[in-house]
This record gives sequence, C-alpha cells and structure tokens, in this order.
Amino acid sequence: MIKVIEAGLLSSIQDKGRTGYQESGVIQSGVMDSFTLRIANTLVGNNESEGVLELTLTGPTLEFTEDHLIALCGADFSAEIDGEPAPLWRPVVVKKGSTLHMRFSKTGCRGVLAVAGGFDVPDVFGSKSTYLRAGIGGFKGRALDKEDVLPIGDPGKESEAIFKRAKESPFTWSVSGAYTDSVYSPEFIHVMPGLQFDEFTEESKRTFTSSVYKLSKQSDRMGFRMEGEPLERTVDEDILSEGVSFGTIQVPSDGQPIILLADRQTLGGYPKIGQVASVDLPALIQKKPGESVRFKWVTVKEAQQLFKKREQEWQELKWIMNKKLKEA
Amino acid sequence: MKVSYYPLGDQAVLLEFEQEVSPEILSDVQCVYQEIKSDAPEWLIEAVPAYASITVHYDLKQLLHAEDAEAVVIDYVKEKVAASKNSEPPEKRIVRIPVCYGGEFGPDLNEVAEYHQLAPDEVVKRHTNGDYTVYMLGFAPGFPYIGGLDASIATPRKKNPRSAIPAGSVGIAGQQTGVYSIETPGGWQIIGRTPEKLFDITKNPSFLLRAGDKIEFYPITEKEYEEWQE
Repeated sequence: MIKVIEAGLLSSIQDKGRTGYQESGVIQSGVMDSFTLRIANTLVGNNESEGVLELTLTGPTLEFTEDHLIALCGADFSAEIDGEPAPLWRPVVVKKGSTLHMRFSKTGCRGVLAVAGGFDVPDVFGSKSTYLRAGIGGFKGRALDKEDVLPIGDPGKESEAIFKRAKESPFTWSVSGAYTDSVYSPEFIHVMPGLQFDEFTEESKRTFTSSVYKLSKQSDRMGFRMEGEPLERTVDEDILSEGVSFGTIQVPSDGQPIILLADRQTLGGYPKIGQVASVDLPALIQKKPGESVRFKWVTVKEAQQLFKKREQEWQELKWIMNKKLKEA
Repeated sequence: MKVSYYPLGDQAVLLEFEQEVSPEILSDVQCVYQEIKSDAPEWLIEAVPAYASITVHYDLKQLLHAEDAEAVVIDYVKEKVAASKNSEPPEKRIVRIPVCYGGEFGPDLNEVAEYHQLAPDEVVKRHTNGDYTVYMLGFAPGFPYIGGLDASIATPRKKNPRSAIPAGSVGIAGQQTGVYSIETPGGWQIIGRTPEKLFDITKNPSFLLRAGDKIEFYPITEKEYEEWQE
C-alpha cells in the first residue's frame, strides 16, 4: 500500500480513459499525456493502459508500507526517495518504510507514477479514471488527499520478474532523452483545420499560426485557455452543440481559443477553428500556465503520417525496453 | 436524408445532418447511430450522437495498414447511412417524472412567474403540459437536453449562477427545460425538484433517460417527495 503524506496540487488515478458512455454524457477523462502512461506501465511490467497516478505541477509525498516497483515519467518533480534523487523513465524499487518526496516541477507540467500491479480500485464504466466533477472512478471519485491509503493490485508475472531483477541489482539505464525529446520538443504544435475554419477571417487564419499563444492560468484538465491575438469569425450564426474530441480548438465570442482536453465535456457549441494533431498532444499538455505555443497547419493525412511514424518509434522503443528489462 | 462528412482531427469523423432541432432529424440520427453501433469494427472507439450530428471516434492505431484511414471510416459510415433507410428508430418510451414545484425545491418559481406576469400555478400547469422530447444527453452524466418547452414560459438564465444546484433540480434556461443529474454549478431558473435519480451509479442502466424518450412531468406534494426518498 501507499500512504499519502502530502497530496500535491492535483493527484488522481487515471488510465487511458472511459469510452462508450459519451452518448449518456459521461466524459472520457483519462491521463492527459498518453505517452507517459504507456512508457511508465511498460517499465513496471503492467498492461500499457493500466491506471496510474497523474501528478500536476507539484508532486505528492508518499510513504510506502511495502516494497513496490514504480516508474516515474513525464514532468520532473525533483523526486527523492529517502533523500536520494529518484531517476525518471526507469523502473525503481521503493523499499518498505521509504518516503518518496516530490516538489514543484522543474520541467513539464504533468507526471505519472505507475506501480507494478496497478492501483486496486474498482472499474467504473470500464475504467479506473477519476471523473472529478461527477465524483466517480479512481480513488473514491476524487483527487488524493492527505492520509489516503492507496491499495495496490497483485503484480503479474512480468512485473514480478522485473521486480526480482531490480531488487537483485538496480537498473542503471533510463529511456533515452533523444527519444523523449522527439516527443516533447517539437518546434510547432501541428493543427488541422476545424469544421468552421472557413468561417474565420483570412487575417485570423494567418494570425493563428504566425503569432504566439500563451497558456492562461485558467487552464486545467478540461481545457487550455489560450491568450493572444483574438480570432474573428465572418459570421455570427450559432452552432448546434455537437461532438468534440481531445485537442479540439474552439473559439468563443471573445476570440481567445480554448483547446479541449481529457476532461472536456462530451459536446461543444463553439466554432472550431482547428484540431491539435494527436502526436503533439503530449508536448502540448506538458506546457505550464504562462508558457507559449506556436501552431502550424497540416492536413489530416500529414497528421496521420506523423502519428504512424511515432507509433513505429514506439514499437521499437517498446521492443528495446522489454529486452533491457529481461537483462540481468 | 442528407448527410455530410467532415474530419474532426486525425482520429474522428463528424456526420452532419440538416442543422435543425426536430423530431425528424432526431429520428434520422437515431437510425444511423443504431446501424453504426451494430457489428462495430475493432477500430471504432465510439460514436456520439447529438442534435443533428454523430461523431465517430476511431482508433488510428488499428488502421495503420490502411492507405487512407479516414476513407475507410467514411466508407463504413456511408454504408451504415444507406442501411439506416430501412431501419426503425428505437421505440419511443414515455418516462413520467414527478416534480415538487416551488418552495425550497423550486426557489425561482416565483421569479419565473413574475417575469411572465403569471400565477406560479399557471407556470406549473404550462410546464407539466409540455410535449417533451429528449434530444441528447450531455453536460453531465445522464443530463438530458429536452425540447418542447411552452414558449410562453421560456425564461433567460439567472444573472448570477449558483455555485451548487442539487441533483434532481428542474429548471428553465431560455427555450430549454432540463433536470440536473448531478450537483453542479449552474445558471438555470430552478422551478422544482424530482426525487427520481437521472444518474445512479448503483443501478444498471445507470441513466434514467436516453435520446428519443418522451417526458411527462407531473406535480407532487412536498410530502410525496419526502416519502419518495425512502
């Protein structure tokens, strides 16, 4: 079990999200950065989509009541285990009685902590993700709080094998920075034209990619509010509410774009100027409030090609990780 | 039936019907939605029906072998649109919802009545007489977007939204009426409350309503409300 000493700013259990219930108004939820979810779970031998603890801006302090195998990926919270720096992107054994302490994030905004065996919380509509506003899923339907005790599931065979090896001699490698840089440091956030793209003025279409947009402080798991040159529509017809997805960029009447994220509502009624390419969502969501973003237009085909390339790189990385995890 | 197809990014396609809120379009949306859901291919994550559209989310990882993933998805939904011409929309259920109007459960009933220069009882009468249809669910689990409010009691939202509106609250916002399915902040004019739960996670199904349902609101007393809760 893992005991919460300090909860951090917003720590909640998330997996790949809840699908199949949007028709009933149940949002998707799930981790903001799906890349960290896959890597962290693979590093501890879990299923890629197992529930993890998602940490935001300031990480928690946790006490371990048993030995556990963990992996920390994503934002760098200067984690320490009993005062010793804890490496990121690597399977690490935390001994019974040890304390994992985290601080304000040095780089990135969100991290995940995966534990071998996963968190032993019930599936709600097929997912362990916490749906904060409805108070369902995850740990008691809410973000972590001081003194919570998180139950951990039984590690599977693969997790046990990695655990055993790590106990005998700790792993000394981490996932390559060259690889994570390619995910997190794109020059631009690629965007595809949205359904109402043509309704925006020619100037707005240009401004959107020629100027810089800054993440406002009112950004959260529902969406990022961006601040910059206002975007104008040539028409002011209302739009009937319709489906949206992770990365849909809506423009309300004040002209400041909002990018919809993991906790977005199932339907949206604002005009959509664009849509963030799936490959660039991890880089986008690691931005902190106050940081800025540059957008670049691509076609759907181009975005899908980028996705395909990323997926191939992931398969290679996974193959290498699994090989290294089996080495004594 | 006229349907247009648009990409919603690299992993979703939006089917747009004629952009109007009407029982005819609702019926078309429902027929196509049923077809899309039946024997769904592995790449189909989910489809989300709305007033006059269906959003089809697909898993690009499952379509990497395809030359043009989006074309595969659009071909599939086009087939389903064609097949839907022979299908019937789901049976229209009539769901009766008891409402305790006014008092502590409906703190804005008097304001709504004054706004229209009607007696509160008259507002209740017109609200219970409406011919209501659930067009879609959204905003919160089990929250219905209901059409059919008597235009004579349509009322603008409150200037200052409340920070917490209890689940079950029945309200009016412009031309819409609705029932809060969970406690949430909101600016609707609250005229009553139902003891029925629109979202109950302990039940299967967890949602009282679904798109296409006809709703009949009927008044109950405070005593009946309290007894309902047992």
